[in-house]
Amino acid sequence: MSALIDLEAGYRKVRADARFREELEALLRDYAGRPTPLYFARRLTEKAGGARIYLKREDLAHTGSHKINNTLGQGLLAGRMGKRRVIAETGAGQHGVATATVCAKMDLSCDVYMGSEDVRRQELNVFRMQLLGARVVPVESGSRTLKDAMNEALRDWVTNVRTTYYLIGSTAGPHPYPAMVRDFQSVIGKECIRQFRRSAGGLPAAVVACVGGGSNAMGIFTPFIGRRGVALYGVEAAGHGLSTGRHGATLCRGRIGVLHGSKSFVLQDRDGQIREAHSISAGLDYPGVGPEHAWLKASGRASYVSVTDEQALEAFDVLTRCEGIMPALESSHAVAYGCRLARRLGRSASLVINVSGRGDKDITILARTKGATRVADR
Amino acid sequence: MSRIDNAFLSLKRTGEKGLVVYLTAGDPNPAASVAYLRAAADGGADLLEVGIPFSDPTADGPTIQAASRRAIGGGMSVARALGLVSLLRRTHETPVVLFGYYNPFLSFGVPKLCREAREAGADGFLVVDLPPEESREMRPAVLGAGMDWIPLATPTSGPGRIRRAAAAGSGFLYLVSVTGITGVRNALPPGLAAWARSVKARTRLPVAVGFGISTPGMARETTRFADAAVVGSACVRVVERCGASRKGPGELRRFVHSLKHAMR
Repeated sequence: MSALIDLEAGYRKVRADARFREELEALLRDYAGRPTPLYFARRLTEKAGGARIYLKREDLAHTGSHKINNTLGQGLLAGRMGKRRVIAETGAGQHGVATATVCAKMDLSCDVYMGSEDVRRQELNVFRMQLLGARVVPVESGSRTLKDAMNEALRDWVTNVRTTYYLIGSTAGPHPYPAMVRDFQSVIGKECIRQFRRSAGGLPAAVVACVGGGSNAMGIFTPFIGRRGVALYGVEAAGHGLSTGRHGATLCRGRIGVLHGSKSFVLQDRDGQIREAHSISAGLDYPGVGPEHAWLKASGRASYVSVTDEQALEAFDVLTRCEGIMPALESSHAVAYGCRLARRLGRSASLVINVSGRGDKDITILARTKGATRVADR
Repeated sequence: MSRIDNAFLSLKRTGEKGLVVYLTAGDPNPAASVAYLRAAADGGADLLEVGIPFSDPTADGPTIQAASRRAIGGGMSVARALGLVSLLRRTHETPVVLFGYYNPFLSFGVPKLCREAREAGADGFLVVDLPPEESREMRPAVLGAGMDWIPLATPTSGPGRIRRAAAAGSGFLYLVSVTGITGVRNALPPGLAAWARSVKARTRLPVAVGFGISTPGMARETTRFADAAVVGSACVRVVERCGASRKGPGELRRFVHSLKHAMR
């Protein structure tokens, strides 16, 4: 708890510090490649047959996803707080890669906890982290995914708290993490508003983003929250289907609980034991969700829907084939719902889908699930 | 005057130090778990900490993680753990602290939990992931039901927070010996004695030191500067080794006795 109080104080200080903001802005621009484009997807729009679909291209950010926005911010903060060792948890490996990248750049030592199931599913990212000089620690407990990686990272942190900065990648964990991650990710939504106004005029009718822990969604939603005319849709992983119990749809199917130090919706059984989430995309495989998403749901400001593994795979194909953009399997969930929503909104409307990351990391799993049929196609 | 207050008072009268034994409820199965709790009391435990197993025990090392898995696998829940406590109460008056993580308690319903825990014969709660800043979620209900709210102090807590936590708590203060998680260790951390003494100077509550205290020698050393020693993982290891075998409770009783004996 004292570490969290120190962290909050440290964060407050840098928030008010113009030099910190300038340094971060310069890094986001010159190092991470921001602003990422807002791209009008003409062929996807035609294929979906409804509203004009714009894609916010976080997949083009350095390291391949939006995660770099937050790791640059927190990496700078770790340096300001005098911590030379950074630990992180990762699911899909995108946050791990983004953390390892920043640690390489800032000369910090880096240990990344990753569930052994995710190590297997996302081997490419494991190798990337190792190339960047990070140590990847496979976690064998529980469901061997993101939740368990986070348990282990928390155990490391309480043990080495004096020397170590814990760099959480999602809007999860104890305060101030959800707020801090939201702030660092809000650059997505701020750019999006500006870019949309310039290229299309006005505001989109809707913004769609996938939700695991919720960082990319909070990032694009936050600047839109006060703009009441814009509908916000968070897309959760329905996995094998909501009725099968094998899913990651925390907001759709969970109830209020406390996990990893935040009170929000949680997938749990009758006795309050945390249930294992399931999704084909490792980044959506988390039985908790950022507390502000729970607030947006309760207040009705955002709607939360779900998309199955199969529908996400289909959307991956559609976007890849008609735009030449390979989305991450996480982002494919947002694409799937975005296309459905486009039909419902009709041709006069416009919407934005946040393509939170690129699909390179998923090639192995795609080859495994699709490989056989593709060979047969030939 | 609570059963916990009484226990520390009578220790003080006889000039003895306290031994607190932690076991996970339902480990290795519900019936054997009651036998182990009774054995710990018979071996000389002055207080029992009954761990409510949780799927994601972030403050626990591998030993108690494994115990939690065994217990949950055997169907243990908050309701069933209360059942174990009431079975223990038929034969023993040893004070019981329910030790756990907040989510199972929240899920059970805090007002109902406090009512039923009291009826079962529990004496206090220690909730590791409810720091003082968040304890209003549960502390008033626990105190209102006539049970103790055991405050926790860690090496990074800082004097101000420790004082506030102690002032808001009752029964005894649980002092975590190291920055870290539960688990068997080979030696007490350096500087523990001085730190424990400085905490004792800040509170009227008896101070029990836990985390990593694993042998009779370490228990003895701890009680030179603290009112009680908490032994958890080392006791859970006996349960792990013996499982549901008939000799298990006897082994635990002998181990607990050796701990208590060393403290005299």
